[in-house]
Amino acid sequence: MGESEYVIEMLHITKEFPGIRANDDITLQLRRGEIHALLGENGAGKSTLMSVLFGLYQPEAGEIRKNGVKVDIRDPNDATALGIGMVHQHFKLIEVFSVLDNIILGAETTKLGFLQRKEARKKVEAISRKYGLAVDLDAKVEDISVGMQQRVEILKMLYRDNEILIFDEPTAVLTPQEIDELMATMKEFAREGKSILFITHKLNEIMAVADRVSVLRKGRYIGTVNTHDTDKQELSNMMVGRPVQLEVVKAPARPAEEVLQVSHLCVPSHIHKRDAVHDVSFSVRRGEIVCIAGIDGNGQTELVYGITGLGRPSSGSVKLCGEEIARASIRRRGANMSHIPEDRHKHGLVLDFTLEQNMVLQRYLEKRFQRRGFIRPAAIRDYAQGLIAQYDIRSGQGPVTPARSMSGGNQQKAIIAREVDRDKPLIVAVQPTRGLDVGAIESVHSRLVAERDAGKAVLLVSLELEEVMSLSDRILVMYEGEIVGELDPKTTNVQELGLYMAGARRDGKGGAAS
Amino acid sequence: MKQEKTPLLRREGSVKLLSSLLSIVIGLVVGGLIVLFVGLGNSEIGADGAGEGLRLIFAGILSTGRDASGALSWGFNPTNVGNMLFRAMPVIMTGLSVAVAFKTGLFNIGAPGQYLMGTMVSLVIALSIDTAAVPAGLVWVLALLGGIAAGALWGCIPGLVKAFLNINEVLACIMTNWIAANVVTWIFDGSAFRNMVENTKSGYIYKTSFNGVATPKLGLDKLFPGSQVNGGILIAILFAVAMYILMNKTTLGFELKACGANRHAARYAGISDKRNIVLSMAIAGALAGAGAALYYLSGNTEFFWTTYQSLPAEGFNGIPVALLALNNPIGVIFAGLFMAMLNIIGLQLTNLTAYNEFITDVIIAIIVYLSAFSLVIRMFLMGRKRKVPPKLGADDAAAPAKIPAENEKGGDDA
Repeated sequence: MGESEYVIEMLHITKEFPGIRANDDITLQLRRGEIHALLGENGAGKSTLMSVLFGLYQPEAGEIRKNGVKVDIRDPNDATALGIGMVHQHFKLIEVFSVLDNIILGAETTKLGFLQRKEARKKVEAISRKYGLAVDLDAKVEDISVGMQQRVEILKMLYRDNEILIFDEPTAVLTPQEIDELMATMKEFAREGKSILFITHKLNEIMAVADRVSVLRKGRYIGTVNTHDTDKQELSNMMVGRPVQLEVVKAPARPAEEVLQVSHLCVPSHIHKRDAVHDVSFSVRRGEIVCIAGIDGNGQTELVYGITGLGRPSSGSVKLCGEEIARASIRRRGANMSHIPEDRHKHGLVLDFTLEQNMVLQRYLEKRFQRRGFIRPAAIRDYAQGLIAQYDIRSGQGPVTPARSMSGGNQQKAIIAREVDRDKPLIVAVQPTRGLDVGAIESVHSRLVAERDAGKAVLLVSLELEEVMSLSDRILVMYEGEIVGELDPKTTNVQELGLYMAGARRDGKGGAAS
Repeated sequence: MKQEKTPLLRREGSVKLLSSLLSIVIGLVVGGLIVLFVGLGNSEIGADGAGEGLRLIFAGILSTGRDASGALSWGFNPTNVGNMLFRAMPVIMTGLSVAVAFKTGLFNIGAPGQYLMGTMVSLVIALSIDTAAVPAGLVWVLALLGGIAAGALWGCIPGLVKAFLNINEVLACIMTNWIAANVVTWIFDGSAFRNMVENTKSGYIYKTSFNGVATPKLGLDKLFPGSQVNGGILIAILFAVAMYILMNKTTLGFELKACGANRHAARYAGISDKRNIVLSMAIAGALAGAGAALYYLSGNTEFFWTTYQSLPAEGFNGIPVALLALNNPIGVIFAGLFMAMLNIIGLQLTNLTAYNEFITDVIIAIIVYLSAFSLVIRMFLMGRKRKVPPKLGADDAAAPAKIPAENEKGGDDA
């Protein structure tokens, strides 16, 4: 028979967890030298399938073949021995180790028990020259950028001579320029005969690099298509199972008076003592969505902290509905502000509370929910049930479901329901669609647009370029704690936005206020 | 198991109850085995003695001593039951103290210190106000309130340190415990309250009945003749019910629990996390202080005042009581009664057999140890209900994720 057409085949894989069939008869066949995208919503079973391939889980049924021969992968060491390498979504690096030490960790060359760093360094240098993956081998991982850290992860796979490379959501943390570079590198690997599995839910990237796409939905295998025979709409329909509105539909904004005025605001970093936000000024009006764009870690978090009260500004002023709130308590600010927080597990929800308790997290003191300090459980139950129905929040036990046991998408829906229903003039939404799938993103976007049209001021912070471009009425780009540009989404493009985000271009200083 | 039909909530509750009962049963069985082996290995005790010891371990509370023929006799023993109620009183209060703090995410290992401060202040008040001038009942109330206030203030210290300096409350609690131990000795050393009348009693403070102050019996002495029981046990039960209502029915309880479960989310929601941390430690301290006041205001308990070398066991016993009750205030009543019952059983074992009293300490230690495992037992029970062996890391099955998280919290105390 000779060589099999496929380098890796996963045939009829079934993997069950208590109460859920995460993978149900899934078949995935990877050709030598191809870039094969694995597409699916959250919870579709992509990560489980990759964990099976990587030996982290044992499937209940099905088999894995390499070059047509059945193999048994019991743990990640077996996977590595078969030449399978993986760049995880959350990097597996030791922050205080040097780049070189991280690369060789677990595959050290030793002589009489002593590390042979020199030989390892030669090999790593050769690889990084060959693929143009320059990186400072002596720098500590904690000191290098996220893009560089990803490069280290890639070098780790190459150092181990892996033939099958798995990338799990690799572009989530990168700038547009870095994404382009990664795409080029992936194509280079494929040309060399390496096979690539590319896990993502971003359709643009699939169309750009992948040869074929396999789609999973709710643990089931939907199908495999050639990229040049399909388009984004078909792929998203396959992924979600119904026609999806990819573009945000919205009428032109009709902004009215200013609701939020931020002037010369400085906010200290929550990591170190220096200011992470320098002298930022802007305003948000009723009936518009203003988006703060930027690469993660350029002060967006601190800016939101300063506005919402989670952090304390070191100087400057924040006016909300005409009232100075830069030093006000969070509850005081909450009188005119809804806040969809960046970290829904840290700030958004009390995970050990039930859904209904979380629904009244700010409102339990209102007259309708308490009488003389005693909670009125029936009123809370009614209110929660109303929101659950109105916002289609799905959970196992309705209002009494522990928040912890809900899926990420439904947790986010619950937060958005709570915040939108509080009905305040300003909505601060920080990465409201992070980790959500296409269907849920669609509903969040249409909700925010509806609130805008109802006369709310919306301040959106997003790292997703597509979201920034499609949702906002004005774009403010943050770079190293300053607003470096104001762009109009109708006249700009992703490339220009990327240049601002990377700090390569900026408007005149302080000229960002509207 | 016919769990399918019962609603989910009750199912969780029954699993909790079952896990605590199971740890008690395992503790008693292991304790019984130790009694058996010690007895069989000791010629003085022998097989007969071992059998008696075993029966006392499981039913010691119903022992009425030995009859004329020298055999163990059984029946309702009002003295034992009354003493059990009396001894349960302080551990119910310290158990509440620990449980309420736990519910708000804090580990109050400072109960012994709060208990000591409560002891000191209530004794000083009860002994120094002349009952000829002020009615004894009023002095009793003042002494109780003083004990509560002293405990609350002492509990505030670790709370303040945690809220404003972000120093772990466990460290601060341990240090304040020993500060309390030394302060109490220092205050009583040279005070007029030392019982010098009886030569051998110089290490003890007068009973409060010396000044005519004692907790009313409320007829309980008629019910349980010959025992130390008084109305304090009813007050302890009232406190437990009040804490249950506070934690589950009020907005304050909602705030306290929100802060405990997720300080960041509470802050995000506009709740003052700092205030609530201090408040919850103050409530915890008040409960421990009240326990001390109730115990020493009974009128027939003496306080050994050179405490600088050892902390009161009642304070630490609050931790296993709270664990066994899974931090439920109503459960604390029963857990406290159970701990007191073990204590009585220990006395029976010492009095009626050749076993020495320390063997019951071993049994208590085993049960305490197992009560820390009641979370593990719970996980085991939940796992069996679903008819699947415990799996590692189902990536989106969220229910199993909850138990390790709680386990971590509970693990602090092991």
